Amino acid sequence: MGGYGFFVWTSYGVFFAVLLFSVLAPVIRRRSLARELREQWAVDARRREAR
Amino acid sequence: MNKLILWFHKTGSPEYFYRLAGRLIPWFAAAFGVLLVWGIYQGLWVAPPDYQQGDSYRIIFIHVPAAWMSLFIYVAMCVAGFIGLVWRIKVMEVIAMASAPIGAAFTLITLITGALWGKPMWGAYWVWDARLTSELILWFIYLGIIGLYRAIEDRRAAARAASLLALVGLVNIPIIHFSVEWWTTLHQGSTVKMFGESAIDTRMLVPLLVMAVATKFYYAMNVLQRARVLLLEQEGTKTWARKVLEVQEVTS
Repeated sequence: MGGYGFFVWTSYGVFFAVLLFSVLAPVIRRRSLARELREQWAVDARRREAR
Repeated sequence: MNKLILWFHKTGSPEYFYRLAGRLIPWFAAAFGVLLVWGIYQGLWVAPPDYQQGDSYRIIFIHVPAAWMSLFIYVAMCVAGFIGLVWRIKVMEVIAMASAPIGAAFTLITLITGALWGKPMWGAYWVWDARLTSELILWFIYLGIIGLYRAIEDRRAAARAASLLALVGLVNIPIIHFSVEWWTTLHQGSTVKMFGESAIDTRMLVPLLVMAVATKFYYAMNVLQRARVLLLEQEGTKTWARKVLEVQEVTS
């Protein structure tokens, strides 16, 4: 890279790191949300049974 | 009813949109992947070095598309937000709010890669140049929109408030675009022109444009991904959300 290796590779590294993060963030959130919702439904179901 | 209007109404339903987005995401991801690999290979190994900047200019293959995206996503977010505000379409509100973090991500990439190019070329990572400063303000506006959306409990009221803030911040977009013409500071003017001949070699221009298209597909993929999660978040108690999650539980 003609002496500019550090700057060029760091740039591409940042590009990929940020884009990867932005793809993973909703995937992770979706998982935790699905868990929360299932727990909520389970609680609701128990409440209905108790009545 | 007119077929187009019918389609419009159908897409406006969260459940239909959720399923449609789920089908589209893999295609956008594939298009992004193919264009990305080709564009980066061409940009890093095939395109010749610049006669003045040597190999350091190769940063533009991500810096310039990311900068275009930071503006493009802002405008897209405002269009969706405006439609959401005027016609109260849930899906549009969600698309606007899903756009903000992606825009912030591209703005961050623009700022960091620009700094990494600035150090060897200008001798400094950062200068308070008009283009750099207005782009930094854009990042703060994105963060403000995300923060406002997260600060209000009611999801729909939050989306409306944040969309309104986005529309106010729209004033910054032409400032960024014309900053290199209005103020004679350090950042260079555009080399790629929409009208007239671009002052750039084809072997550099083609990978640059390919990367610009690739990042559009990335946005399309990521915004649908995020919009789906936001819809689940705000409609989690509805029957359709339950149906969707239960099906997913069986298949995965």
